[in-house]
Amino acid sequence: MIPLFDLGVAVARVAVFFAFVFGLVVVMTWVERKGAAYMQDRRGPNRARILGITLFGMFHPLADALKFLFKEDFIPDNAHRLFYQLAPMFALAPAILTMAVVPFGPPVTIAGKTISLQIADLNVGILYLFAVSGLAVYGVVLAGWSSNSKYPLLGGLRSSAQMISYEVSLGLSIMGILMVFQAIRLSEIVLGQGELLFGILPKWGVFVQPLGFVLFLTALYAEANRTPFDLPEGESELVAGYHTEYASFKFSMFMMAEYIHMVVGAAVIATLFFGGWQFPYLADKGFAFPGGLSVTVPAAGVLVLRIGSFIGKTLFFCWLYVWVRWTIPRFRYDQVMRLGWKVMLPLSLLNIFVTGLVLLLIDKGGF
Amino acid sequence: MEPILFIIFGAIAVGGAIMVVTRKHPMSSALYLILTLFAVAALFVLRQAHFLAAIQVIVYAGAVMVLFIFVIMLINVPENKLPMERLTGLRLLGVVAAGFLILESAILARRFAMPAGSTADAGSVQAVGRALFTDYLLAFEITSVLLLAAVIGAIALAKRKI
Amino acid sequence: MTIGVKKVARPEQMSFGESLYLLEIVKGLAVTMGHFLHNIAHNRDIPTIEYPEVRRTMPARFRGCHRLMKRPNGAPRCVACYMCATACPAKCITIVAGESPDPGVEKYPVRFDIDMLRCVFCGQCVEACPCDAIRMDTGWYTPPADTREKLIYTIDGLLEK
Repeated sequence: MIPLFDLGVAVARVAVFFAFVFGLVVVMTWVERKGAAYMQDRRGPNRARILGITLFGMFHPLADALKFLFKEDFIPDNAHRLFYQLAPMFALAPAILTMAVVPFGPPVTIAGKTISLQIADLNVGILYLFAVSGLAVYGVVLAGWSSNSKYPLLGGLRSSAQMISYEVSLGLSIMGILMVFQAIRLSEIVLGQGELLFGILPKWGVFVQPLGFVLFLTALYAEANRTPFDLPEGESELVAGYHTEYASFKFSMFMMAEYIHMVVGAAVIATLFFGGWQFPYLADKGFAFPGGLSVTVPAAGVLVLRIGSFIGKTLFFCWLYVWVRWTIPRFRYDQVMRLGWKVMLPLSLLNIFVTGLVLLLIDKGGF
Repeated sequence: MEPILFIIFGAIAVGGAIMVVTRKHPMSSALYLILTLFAVAALFVLRQAHFLAAIQVIVYAGAVMVLFIFVIMLINVPENKLPMERLTGLRLLGVVAAGFLILESAILARRFAMPAGSTADAGSVQAVGRALFTDYLLAFEITSVLLLAAVIGAIALAKRKI
Repeated sequence: MTIGVKKVARPEQMSFGESLYLLEIVKGLAVTMGHFLHNIAHNRDIPTIEYPEVRRTMPARFRGCHRLMKRPNGAPRCVACYMCATACPAKCITIVAGESPDPGVEKYPVRFDIDMLRCVFCGQCVEACPCDAIRMDTGWYTPPADTREKLIYTIDGLLEK
């Protein structure tokens, strides 16, 4: 039915991407704690040690994982048992699913077969991303509701309202990108960003859609429940929000879901607005700078540079999440709603309108 | 492969739908409805209608059902205070109606064959978009006007002072 | 160490640039990044005290754990007068008096227990003591223990400090 080679490639792709994302999740929990510490003039985690080696606290994620595993896994008396246990899975599953359509490198030819470095190059591409990421809200809402406790319920309510509000802007803010690159597959969008704008700038999404980028970034933070939009778990007023009643590994599943959202979100920003695996001025044969200067690079080198560029961009945006979290205070809830409906939505509509107008003018003017 | 998947997802869709109307707790019903919507989206994928499947999940599972759950959470009736339903007559009527529905679909299925022209491209975003903005432009625009009216109506109802 | 208070003027009306948020966010990001890089480069400047290994020296008048003083011959200076136990608002001092073997001293404490779980570190016992036998100048607070019994300090331990 399916040739063995293709099957192997498919499994390998999933395994590699899984390893990449989960590895990054582990590292990000450390980066978050250490970064927060250094920004606040503290030392951060530096105690966990293996054979006397602390490695800047790198073993803390391991210690955390062990602690989560061995803690008592309890269910509160009045919680709705089934939904209470389902909620962490509902949170984690969409987070993992979203990474399926992100291309992390150009197609590679091995043994006469072209392999795209992407788990699934779907026809609906970016729509799949929205469909799946929109489901993440269920984990939060179910957790909040099934705990049968005040603060989780408030957290769940907040998150459902927030996610609906920002999903609209999230969807509309990338319409500009789809219009400019005339594509909906992520692989095609990345290919389109390999061109040059006015012969100088790489035609990255951020340069053709600066407003769209800002809107998308904001909406993405709101969707991932990260500061300044982490109201569903706002600890100063809601204890821990929707996961107040969770402990042990169920809590760590929520935690993992949040960090996977971060990592995948970073990869999606890199893909849509920063050229994905495109390295600036790097063509298939080597560098071709605007001045006419060109440097030949072997094919393997090009591949490494491109995958490296994707990973580098992803890492940067992961770091940006942390950086923003320890810089900006949380919004008040009415401010979140006002920003979402009265600022983001009109701006994203305006962005679509202006993009359409400019594209029409370019088309008519022929320049 | 395809018929097997069709049967699996069809069974999930029908089973979920039955659970929606038989569950006592509104939250369970809502979650089963989401399951049904998913299964239907999977059926769309089997018919190569990828765009429709994605939109189904985005709009229904991602937005409409979240609102449903939002309302259920806001009302938040404790499980022991849920109203008892005594709708024996209505249930009987429901069974009769379901019988008619099955009969009807059986007749329809006999009279019209499934459209064969569902190639890989028919359900793509490009194809759907082209159809919407050429052949069905009028219907599309009228629908959007209708939705606009609904939005304005909702605001007029919700806001006392505009 | 005094806490620096900085008055920040809050403008009634935000300027256009401020109401856009973005510029201000970038400024904020620059501040945090500045701290981050500075702390990476100057790791030693971080004011954190690595607690169990490094301990802060307490000021001279800090009221910490109690200790009992000794006479030059090693006997406790305490004469079991019960002044401290009477003065104690938390009633955490238990004294059992006994006749001292030293002819120059009338009584000495057979038992002198301080229940550290009840002590409020008010220093009244030190004030009350007529012969300066109890002091709270060890400069350290009560270390934790895993049973309640271990936190009732007896005379031997108190004399050791």
